[in-house]
Amino acid sequence: MSDILIEEPIFHMPSRGRQLFRRLLRNPSAALGGSVLAVLILLAAFAPLITPYDPFAINPMGRLKPPTWQHWFGTDEVGRDLFSRIMYGTRYFLLICAVTASISATIGTTLGLIAGAGSALADGIIMRLIDILLAFPYILMVLVVVAILGPSLWTGMAAVGIAGIPGYARLVRSTVLTVKREDYVVSARALGASETEILFFTVLPNVLSPLIVYLSFATPLAALLASALSFAGLGTQPPAPEWGVMLVNSRTYLFSAWWAVAAPGMALFISIFGLNILGNGLRDVLDPQS
Amino acid sequence: MAQYVVRRLLLLIPVVIGILLITFLMKALIPTDAVTAMYQGQLSEKDAAQAIATLRAKYHLDLPWYQQFYFYVADLLHGNLGESIRLRKPVIDEIGYRYVNTILLTGASLVIALVIGLVTGILAAAKRNTWLDVTATTIGLFGISMPAFFFGLLLILVVSVWLRLLPVVPHGPMAILLPALSLGLIEAAPLSRVARASMIDVLRRDYIQAARARGASETALLLRHALPNALIVVLTVVGLQIGNLLGGAFIVETIFSWHGIGELAVNAIQWRDFALTQAIILVSAVTYLVINLVADLLYAWLDPRVELVS
Repeated sequence: MSDILIEEPIFHMPSRGRQLFRRLLRNPSAALGGSVLAVLILLAAFAPLITPYDPFAINPMGRLKPPTWQHWFGTDEVGRDLFSRIMYGTRYFLLICAVTASISATIGTTLGLIAGAGSALADGIIMRLIDILLAFPYILMVLVVVAILGPSLWTGMAAVGIAGIPGYARLVRSTVLTVKREDYVVSARALGASETEILFFTVLPNVLSPLIVYLSFATPLAALLASALSFAGLGTQPPAPEWGVMLVNSRTYLFSAWWAVAAPGMALFISIFGLNILGNGLRDVLDPQS
Repeated sequence: MAQYVVRRLLLLIPVVIGILLITFLMKALIPTDAVTAMYQGQLSEKDAAQAIATLRAKYHLDLPWYQQFYFYVADLLHGNLGESIRLRKPVIDEIGYRYVNTILLTGASLVIALVIGLVTGILAAAKRNTWLDVTATTIGLFGISMPAFFFGLLLILVVSVWLRLLPVVPHGPMAILLPALSLGLIEAAPLSRVARASMIDVLRRDYIQAARARGASETALLLRHALPNALIVVLTVVGLQIGNLLGGAFIVETIFSWHGIGELAVNAIQWRDFALTQAIILVSAVTYLVINLVADLLYAWLDPRVELVS
């Protein structure tokens, strides 16, 4: 009997994460949206190196100048360089996206998990509370919170984040209720896994893909709303180079200096557009049935 | 049906009480009240303290919150929404005409959104995977990514400044055109998406094939056989969208100086005018509830398969 040679398999199955990543790269929407996000992150990180001027430096002699080689996007009503302000604005945009999404997603997911996997009493209490919150239109909820906390960057983000909680809670609860009935959960239980183990190692991973898809659609909406708040004077306050704030300041000069309106408006539009198509791509890859 | 309506109306009561309580408890959490905000830094310290104390007593601001809540609900039951501290007049006087304005704007935007959303959605579904479909889908993606306030400013720039079609601050019936367009065109995008998806879904059904086999023309197939069924799905989305329109109005009204409750809400929050803010939130939330109720009823009426179980 010759020895049986056990060879390592020649073909490695790539990990699930890497497979997903490859499929994302091959999906045109995901690739384009992902590139927009990557560019935003790079601009935010290297804003001081890219920008030729201080975003807060005013220049009374150079007010409302149209785009030139010195000032690519022109200057605003106090002579600040719009290109520099737009670049720094990426920091606000990403901060708003990250903070609002973290608030809504963590609290919403926790509530949804408790409601879906916990006792009937907890489910009842949480869902009635969510129902009352949902009786408010989304934007009204935001206004209630801003009315309580007062207008500022952080209260605006908190308001938008809180208003997003019910959506996440509902999604996670209904997904948990579906996943709980699946065979693999039943078999995990039959194999002797505790309820906590099942919740974190079996149920939660299966909630992740719908959660990521929802996140990718809810985040641009939240960012739009946060900048709308700044525009209305209920969020970020001047002179911060936040795009909503820049728009409200320059709208007075709409007729004489359209570029001061176009620059922040287009920045916001392109960023939101990028996030939205990234969401489309993520949905195609993570949730092929839809 | 009647029983269902009564039951749904009764179910509104706890929700309305919940809304009242939430909006009322806001006040306990608000650091400064309107009276203080109004006089801060305007009078000498002694005069200000005097004026503040008098006004606070007048508006029951010196009582514990549960007594204030009692006064508020008692007033409400007498049809009194309270008095705006900033405007020094009953809240109802200010909200009344503004409410009508907001409903007008919301209605006009809804008509625009429905017409454009349905037409593009149906066309995209009928000519699926052609350049028309791709164009409609791309424009839709632009629509959901466009900030309403930027779009509004662009409309003013193009229509009033470059093309000179309308005065910058139009008066009379033309005044509603630009705000309604900027809200309606943006809301048309999600409607078009839903209309397209549900038309595609319906067009796959057997009865459409049967109608085609009987020799129905493609137009009749689309409009007479498929559309009524596709509309049912669109309707539920419309119910939810009216909430968006009512809310989205707060920013568009500010841009176009359209005197609706959205514009008032922004001011009320900045003024810290509690009675005003609370009344606006109450009125909007109740409007939203009623609209959703009506949408649910219409839904059930249009689709006999939907059972009215609450």
